[in-house]
Amino acid sequence: MDMSFSPQDLAFRDEVRTFIAENYPKDLKSRRTRGEMTKEEILTWHRILYKKGWVVPHWPVEYGGTGWTITQRYIWNEENARAETQALLPFGLSMVGPVIYTFGNEEQKKRFLPGILSADVWWCQGYSEPGAGSDLAGLKTRAVREGDHYVVNGHKIWTTLAQYADWMFCLVRTDANAKAQEGISFLLIDMKTPGITVRPIITMDGAHEVNEVFLEDVKVPAENLIGEENKGWTYAKFLLGNERSGIAGVSRSKKAIERLKSIATAELVDGSPLLKTDEFSRKVAELEIDLTALEVTELRTLAAESKGAGPGPEASILKIRGTEIQQRITELTLEAVGNYGQVNVPTGELTGNEFVAGPDYSNGAAQNYFNMRKTSIYGGSNEIQHNIIAKMVLGL
Amino acid sequence: MDFSFTEEQTLLRNTVQSLLADKYDFDTRRKIAKSPEGWSQAMWQQFAELGLLAAPFAEELGGLGGGSIETMILMEEFGRHLVVEPFVETVVVAGGFLREGGSKEQQEAHIPGIIGGETVWAFAYAEPQGRYNLADLVTTAKKDGAGYTINGYKAVVLGAPWAQKLIVTARTSGGQRDRDGVSVFIVDKNAAGVSNRDYPTVDGRRASEITFENVKVGADALIGAEGKGLPLVEKITDQAIAALSAEAVGCMGELNKATVEYCKTRKQFGVPIGKFQVLQHRMVDMFMAYEQSVSMTYMVNLKLDENEAERTKAAAGAKVQIGKAGRFVGQQAVQLHGGMGMTDELNVGHYFKRLTMIDTQFGNVDHQLKRYSTAA
Repeated sequence: MDMSFSPQDLAFRDEVRTFIAENYPKDLKSRRTRGEMTKEEILTWHRILYKKGWVVPHWPVEYGGTGWTITQRYIWNEENARAETQALLPFGLSMVGPVIYTFGNEEQKKRFLPGILSADVWWCQGYSEPGAGSDLAGLKTRAVREGDHYVVNGHKIWTTLAQYADWMFCLVRTDANAKAQEGISFLLIDMKTPGITVRPIITMDGAHEVNEVFLEDVKVPAENLIGEENKGWTYAKFLLGNERSGIAGVSRSKKAIERLKSIATAELVDGSPLLKTDEFSRKVAELEIDLTALEVTELRTLAAESKGAGPGPEASILKIRGTEIQQRITELTLEAVGNYGQVNVPTGELTGNEFVAGPDYSNGAAQNYFNMRKTSIYGGSNEIQHNIIAKMVLGL
Repeated sequence: MDFSFTEEQTLLRNTVQSLLADKYDFDTRRKIAKSPEGWSQAMWQQFAELGLLAAPFAEELGGLGGGSIETMILMEEFGRHLVVEPFVETVVVAGGFLREGGSKEQQEAHIPGIIGGETVWAFAYAEPQGRYNLADLVTTAKKDGAGYTINGYKAVVLGAPWAQKLIVTARTSGGQRDRDGVSVFIVDKNAAGVSNRDYPTVDGRRASEITFENVKVGADALIGAEGKGLPLVEKITDQAIAALSAEAVGCMGELNKATVEYCKTRKQFGVPIGKFQVLQHRMVDMFMAYEQSVSMTYMVNLKLDENEAERTKAAAGAKVQIGKAGRFVGQQAVQLHGGMGMTDELNVGHYFKRLTMIDTQFGNVDHQLKRYSTAA
């Protein structure tokens, strides 16, 4: 047994670390949330990596991948987190892209993959519906074949950043009489098609991140169907598997704990740092230990994957513990900033003259905490992840 | 032993309930909180007309002769409706200082304005370096002829944008964190040298950062004895904690009701999600957290006049219970509502936010645990 990286891996680490240091735009450093950025700014790091050829290390080389080993990919993610680079949007790169090169035809690969790689096309995910959340297979959006196209009617919800999207990959029901999972198809829909309306949903932290998408007699060419009609559930599950494996967020949590510790060093209790108090230092220590356990669990999964095992239902451990830790970090950060945790940072259309009280590090602490409650809900709620482990791992 | 309410108390609850049911539904509250002023002066006047602002004052001061139980009843109902108006700041805190520590002249000068709804007050006590320690003060008040000159900075003064009067803690002697040397003053917000920067809080209220620069006050501005103010400050903040506990109970009660209702109607996998045992047990835990919070809220409101150690334990204990329960109930109400719980549109997130801020106000769980464990 050996937990250390090989000399080759360490050399690789130095190479990517240098690349990030030299190429990550300095002016992006100060901004942590997408809410503070324009559409184009959100894509800055993506475009730089595209030029370098490093935007999709996890894709096969023939479609634009880097050919890195699983360990190298892990190091790459680690170094990005360490440098606190922008997280790349997953909708094209990690979600629909792999579905297209795995299940799409040649025509579709040629048509859609280049735009995903270059970020010229922004994708959103049309999965959840008001009546189909945890029970995704209960979705009701209908697609009826009429000649060379489908006519789609329905209502999608929690569609992240749909306000910017050019295209949506969408789960639709093509056979109303089949069993829930069996009548679903995977359609690619141009967001400019008549009949599509995007309505913002403002979340409790004041952010506009998610939307509702209404589809009313939307004509979608039949050539936009991925794979076979009524086999969409298979592709959807493949995609969700990818979504869950990246969700542990260990490296970013490490960085967030560092930040928490620096805040708790600056905050004073009776004149000495909060981090020096027994109660707070113990809570931070517990958090670090939880994260260490998760990191090694992730490394074990990684090692198994390197030997050819696919990400199994154990990925649910990474999702549950990963999101619990992320939430706990924001909870302790809010706790650390004390009275200034009450300050609201204005969102939406701003004049630029808004006054935000308190030290910079306290800004948005409460809103981050509120926002992160979503992580135990999305991507298959943590209750659903428990069900998966109970059923698939424990055989209950 | 009797935990029932008197006829008058029940009447008071009915009065406030019907007022808020009529005039303070969630949409109205949203409009009030988002308005440029951020509160409703008209609503405040209604509170005055119905005697709500007079409830906890003695009859000889023009009040209705109630006490902490009356405040508790009002605060629970305010919690249910997420009322943003500064009842705690004006009636509980400023009213408390005047009632418990004010001279006859100060009471006569200021309490009628509170009861009549004409004067709004805010409590400027927290400082950036002081966290939750009420004695950790850099703000100073120096003897200046018959009066004092105040210099300093106060952080997150809730309700201050709406206030005409401030209760200000300042150091008249001693070291930065000494128990001795803390004094309490009444300061006009529009006095020369007082400047404020106003902003919204995450739970839909307003607060100010306030700077005091050579602010002159007369001898009649001092509440209680010079340098001996800390015990009074602690007593009044414990009363505020008792009031906030009741508000939190109101918030939790509404969250639990909404969550159980949602889980009965929301269907996934062909059944209401409330049929899933894991969610049932979660809601049972939420229910127990609520009941324990009700108990601690009754307890603290009945013990506010006990000796200092008893009162401290009661208030700190209640605040710990409310902080923990508020976090659990708030987080789980959001979780069980799924994506809907995350929205600004639904009231669930707003109760969660308020409960989160109640934990911060006057010291969070850790702070209160320490207070409890060191109370004599």
